[in-house]
Amino acid sequence: MAKIELSFYPGCSSQKGATSSNYLVSAQTMCEELDIQLNEIPDWNCCGASIGYGGGGELPRLTLSARNIALSEEHNKGQEIVATCAACWLSTREAKERLHEDEQMFKDANAALSEAGLKYEGEANVRHMVEVLVEDIGFDGIKEKVKKPLEGLKIAGYVGCQTNRPFGIAGESFENPMYLDNIVDAVGAESIPTYEKKVQCCGGALAFSEPEKSQEMIKGILEAAYDNGADMIVTPCPLCQANTEIYQDQINEKYGTKFKMPIVYYSTLMSVAFGRSAKDAALDGHVIPAKQLEEIANK
Amino acid sequence: MSDLNTSMIEKYRSSFLKEVEANVEEGEWVKMCMQCGVCSGSCPLGKHWDHPPQEIFMMIRANKREEVLGSDSMWMCTSCYNCIARCPRGLPITHIMHGLAVYSKRLGLTPKKQPTAEFSQIFWDNLMKKGRVNELKLGLSMNFKDGFGEGVKNAMANQKLGQNMMKAKRMNPMEAFGGHGVKSPGDLQKIIKKAQEIEESKIQAAK
Ligand code: SF4
Ligand code: SF4
Ligand code: SF4
Ligand code: SF4
Repeated sequence: MAKIELSFYPGCSSQKGATSSNYLVSAQTMCEELDIQLNEIPDWNCCGASIGYGGGGELPRLTLSARNIALSEEHNKGQEIVATCAACWLSTREAKERLHEDEQMFKDANAALSEAGLKYEGEANVRHMVEVLVEDIGFDGIKEKVKKPLEGLKIAGYVGCQTNRPFGIAGESFENPMYLDNIVDAVGAESIPTYEKKVQCCGGALAFSEPEKSQEMIKGILEAAYDNGADMIVTPCPLCQANTEIYQDQINEKYGTKFKMPIVYYSTLMSVAFGRSAKDAALDGHVIPAKQLEEIANK
Repeated sequence: MSDLNTSMIEKYRSSFLKEVEANVEEGEWVKMCMQCGVCSGSCPLGKHWDHPPQEIFMMIRANKREEVLGSDSMWMCTSCYNCIARCPRGLPITHIMHGLAVYSKRLGLTPKKQPTAEFSQIFWDNLMKKGRVNELKLGLSMNFKDGFGEGVKNAMANQKLGQNMMKAKRMNPMEAFGGHGVKSPGDLQKIIKKAQEIEESKIQAAK
């Protein structure tokens, strides 16, 4: 297959020393194996995520994303924009659609961008990495690259909200998406298609501002994974990953549970299954180590 | 009471619905709600909302201006997009909730110390400094937002979490000095300032 070239929007949380830096490392490894070349958008800025609305209002928020798209159109001409963070993908795609529908907004965003000599056209497609996997590579394409099937592992696919709604992955249902389960199967592990919390919200950014309320939901997500006999959870979203992993101690303390559930990315699974090292899969970046994956990687 | 609030009350005295349509992001959709209740049943933190989305839409039409704009319900929206995916009438409910929250804040009607309103502002200010979010400072300002004493207490409660994250190289204490950013934060700030001015002038024109 020919090399796929994409204009890459990594997002703040994947930068070195940030909460999902391990996502970036494993995604890069995965892309190397799949012959996908990621061309980072030069000088990209934060998209404001979903929570930025309360500080930024409408136009300033849309303009943040318009700047990223404009930079991509200028420097990575003709390439589709791809994001690994659900919130980055969502804000960027949402901004593009809003500026497309609303002519005044389009003009206003361009008036703002011209302050720094930038011009937004809104031609580039905005995609999530998962779309590239499902639509361009395909489950069979993933299967072909597997050198070390993740045999014997039972993995709950936690899709969460924003990779799934409002845009979602073409052909998948909002209520019961299957692509993550299909990826789990493709790398040789056992999926749990009836994992009932697969699209449950974890609280998102409100895990910061409303910790008790959010942790109650996170508890449900973890509990259901245990009830289904999962060895670990896999997710496509950096915030889902962080929220379900890093608060397990606090939840255990509050509810007397004994959660110790590893939470990994689809790119972690693929990096290991494609035969790469624990380091390339960024297994050292987990607060709760995924020991079974480490064993397979070190074999 | 803010001047903006007073003039909006005068201008739209007869219809809060019209006020919402003219000033709230995606507000023109409110009248399309058919009160089926699907959104309220889908809202993850719904049990904590005094007025879930369906009720808010009903209250807007019933002219319950103070109750809606002074409520902290819409600040509990997690942006999960359940409601949007399910609403039979296709209302962009998430954005209307965000829009109502921002509008209430503009008018000075948001309840004091609403934690998500505060966090949202802290997040925005953090990202505007360098163009990218500095997670360490974000965490610190959130911990310390209620003063030094509370801050130390919060930091102690999250100490183990922080140590775990540092061990996994997913939190970097050096971020407190400098950290990631765009090449020219000044340029970015100029762009956003302009966007804010345009948005502000639209609101003033609506007065
Ligand atoms: S959504 Fe999060 S990670 Fe993505 S750019 Fe925005 S703040 Fe950064
Ligand atoms: S599950 Fe949580 S982090 Fe993931 S998209 Fe939903 S709110 Fe955001
Ligand atoms: S789901 Fe849509 S139509 Fe039904 S109550 Fe909510 S907003 Fe109204
Ligand atoms: S997007 Fe907001 S309003 Fe809609 S269901 Fe989720 S939390 Fe509720």
